[in-house]
Amino acid sequence: MTTAFADFADLATWTPICSIARLEVERGVAALVDGIPVAIFRTFTGDVYALDNVDPFSGASVLSRGIVGTRGDVPTVASPMHKQAFDLRTGDCLDDPTMRVRAWAVRVRDGVVEIGEPLAVSVPA
Amino acid sequence: MRNLIVVGHGMVGQRFVEALSARDTAGQWRITVLGEEPRPAYDRVRLSAFFDGASAEELSLGDVPDGVELRLGEAVLGIDRARRIVQTDAGEYAYDKLVLATGSRPFVPPIAGADLPGVFVYRTLDDLEALQAYAEGRRVGAVLGGGLLGLEAANALRLLGLTTHVVEFAPRLMPLQVDDGGGAVLKGHVEGLGLAVHTGRACASVVGTDEVTGLTFSDGGSVEAEVVVIAAGIRPRDELAASAGLPLGPRGGFLVDAGCATEDPDVYAVGECAALSLDGTEGRTYGLVAPGYAMAEVVADRIVGGDAAMTTPDTSTKLKLLGVDVASFGAPDGPLDVVYHDGANGVYAKLLLSDDAQTLLGGVLVGDASAYPTLRASLGGPLPGPPIALLAGDSAGTAGAGALPGTAQVCSCNAVTKDAIVGAIREGAADVPAIKACTRAGTTCGSCVPMLKSLLSECGVHQSKALCEHFTHSRQELFDIARVRGIRTFSELISEHGQGRGCDICKPVVASILASLTNGYVLDGEQAALQDTNDHFLANIQKDGTYSVVPRIPGGEITPEKLIVIGEVAKDFGLYTKITGGQRIDLFGARVEQLPLIWRRLVDAGFESGHAYGKALRTVKSCVGSTWCRYGVQDSVGLAVDLELRYRGLRAPHKIKSAVSGCARECAEARGKDFGIIATETGWNLYVGGNGGFRPRHADLLASDLSTEDLIRTIDRFLMYYIRTADRLQRTAAWLEALDGGLDHLRDVIIHDTLGLGAELDAAMAHHVSSYADEWKATLDDPARLARFVSFVNAPGTPDPSISFETERGQRVPARPVPVTLTGRKS
Repeated sequence: MTTAFADFADLATWTPICSIARLEVERGVAALVDGIPVAIFRTFTGDVYALDNVDPFSGASVLSRGIVGTRGDVPTVASPMHKQAFDLRTGDCLDDPTMRVRAWAVRVRDGVVEIGEPLAVSVPA
Repeated sequence: MRNLIVVGHGMVGQRFVEALSARDTAGQWRITVLGEEPRPAYDRVRLSAFFDGASAEELSLGDVPDGVELRLGEAVLGIDRARRIVQTDAGEYAYDKLVLATGSRPFVPPIAGADLPGVFVYRTLDDLEALQAYAEGRRVGAVLGGGLLGLEAANALRLLGLTTHVVEFAPRLMPLQVDDGGGAVLKGHVEGLGLAVHTGRACASVVGTDEVTGLTFSDGGSVEAEVVVIAAGIRPRDELAASAGLPLGPRGGFLVDAGCATEDPDVYAVGECAALSLDGTEGRTYGLVAPGYAMAEVVADRIVGGDAAMTTPDTSTKLKLLGVDVASFGAPDGPLDVVYHDGANGVYAKLLLSDDAQTLLGGVLVGDASAYPTLRASLGGPLPGPPIALLAGDSAGTAGAGALPGTAQVCSCNAVTKDAIVGAIREGAADVPAIKACTRAGTTCGSCVPMLKSLLSECGVHQSKALCEHFTHSRQELFDIARVRGIRTFSELISEHGQGRGCDICKPVVASILASLTNGYVLDGEQAALQDTNDHFLANIQKDGTYSVVPRIPGGEITPEKLIVIGEVAKDFGLYTKITGGQRIDLFGARVEQLPLIWRRLVDAGFESGHAYGKALRTVKSCVGSTWCRYGVQDSVGLAVDLELRYRGLRAPHKIKSAVSGCARECAEARGKDFGIIATETGWNLYVGGNGGFRPRHADLLASDLSTEDLIRTIDRFLMYYIRTADRLQRTAAWLEALDGGLDHLRDVIIHDTLGLGAELDAAMAHHVSSYADEWKATLDDPARLARFVSFVNAPGTPDPSISFETERGQRVPARPVPVTLTGRKS
């Protein structure tokens, strides 16, 4: 459980958000991290992910309200506005390869969900 | 422009003007149609649907094309070919080309008493209306004639509640279509319905003094009858031949050649009034619509300079008479035959084959005509399978379309070949409605629709039922799985019957199915994770991420006190207000954390959820009805309120809209709704399958003059049957169009209860009604349920900073343009 990015956890600034119990399975919540809206999700397998909350297609701050599921092996959230799916791990949009949101580092420590920094973008320049 | 006059506005006349208008792209012809009946063309093939509740309007074949002048109630009295003039009592019309489409009249044999009051013919809507009015309160009727029309008339008498006798001079029913074996099976079916069949008996006289009281037979017997319908055949309406000096066929009808021209090349005849002479044969008339349509197409082609010609018409027919399938096709006899007779189930079939048994020449089917489309299309060619498999197999009707030659006629009503249909599919027609739209196949009798489906799949148009990558099932299949196996969670359903963890397609579908099956709170436990954001926040998301709130206003009736509350709530929360099309008020611009505060106020004032956010019943609109309106005949508002309260919260494959009109003026626009009710003097007419939106559709009349109790039971079953069997996001309009058997099937299931589902559907609706609870009240009463209504989980009091408003016409609207964020595009 928690994330694959715990290695540099101690180097990053972590913001405690809420108790893990506050996250419903296969739903998201929105949080404010330094004034930036971030969507945090908990999947059926217990993994926790975080993405920008703003849906890049509509500009509305709503991704946390999308339906969480899978596409193949990829954990996804579908924008509640026009249903484009995003990879919870990377923020890549699966329906439009030119679009993405940022994924954020996230971990659960002592039952508390904490958000770190946005993850580095792994697409070629 | 040149003048073209069409005499007669029946099915064939209408088809002719449509065909000519489509071909006359240069606009060379000014077309005038002179019709004797006061009504525009209607579907005479479905005439008997009138007694099943179809209105004259529903039988209508639609308007004449633009630019065509239609003059109704104006009979043509004479034709002066020398002056190229037709005469009516209103004046004279000059023609360059004249098309006679006068149809037929009923044949009334010269028997004593045939002119008594109470004796009717069966040809026009006026005839049927007169018959219906006269039969009111009478007990016994008789039909003279056991052919196609006679059995239709007998069914009409039966539906009017009369004990019914059928008298046929020939030794069997439908002597022109079936053989003795088929006739015997048919007679068994008809008698099983409680009709008395008198075959091999001639009627000697109709008896009565002031009105008909009975019949006598030439064998000395007699029966009592208060109503007599004469259905002894038809004769062509060829009276105009005398004034025009046109030759007739040996048994009447304007004599025409393969181009449907009379001896005068500027005068054509089409349909039942034409005696078609091909290759020197004597002229023969055809009392079926398909040859008439073919003639209409030939003449339209000739008028614009083409050389289309008639071939020997196909007289194949498939009918459902008194609920019994009867079909005949091809030759009446042949060197070899294969007979299948299942006396236990009342099924009879005979195939006629060439002497080498390689070529299908004709056949008769009684009791089960599902093999008809395949067999008819195979006429003159090899059988698509072993005869006994074709006749006894239950899927024979849809099998073997691929084995047919390209030139085989799949739709005989509209003369559409397999090649034409396959061509349309290749050009992109991806479903049956699309094929209907571009080829007309399947638009008349509908018997070839199963073949259209099988051609679609044989052309590789995969009509996959799979919901999404997670379930290979259709919504209906998932519904049945959940219902029969008692599955009540998504996890159980997907782990046993699907794969992965679902998506935005299957999760809301399963949520809807579970809601329909249990009617519990839609956001409890795992169900919360299945809901689209609208159902999740019990409000409608808008483009800026705010929500709109719609309290229920049943029937559109609201007190001033409640109106004031809505106004005050809107004012206090700064909400934009708009009146909806469903006669309620939508409050826009609410943030998620405001929703419980808004609803606290609304619930305290007696409002409840309007389910505007759900795939559920929305509203039942109403006109003001008999309470106030000087035209109203029933209390439409009262009924609308009752219906809206009965079905509120009912989750469905898609949204459901309804309306009730208090009189035939239809101010509530009920025929544009999923179910609409229009008041009559004696009850309610129920229409189903209407839609506005993207593809408008007028609702079809399902049943007439219902009592309120019968109306509600019928709607209960209609809705539950829809909920159980429709596809995801399929409105009732599309569902009804795709339903095998269409409106007749629907009537069978929910009115006649032929599937025995009635009690189950009734119980399902009773459960819904008794277990309904307002989900907004349930939310407010439970702190755990309220917890999700926060803007940010770590800053619940902070409004979403991305939401901002500007003012337009005195109200708050989203600030424009919607801010574009820096995240987003990758490069």
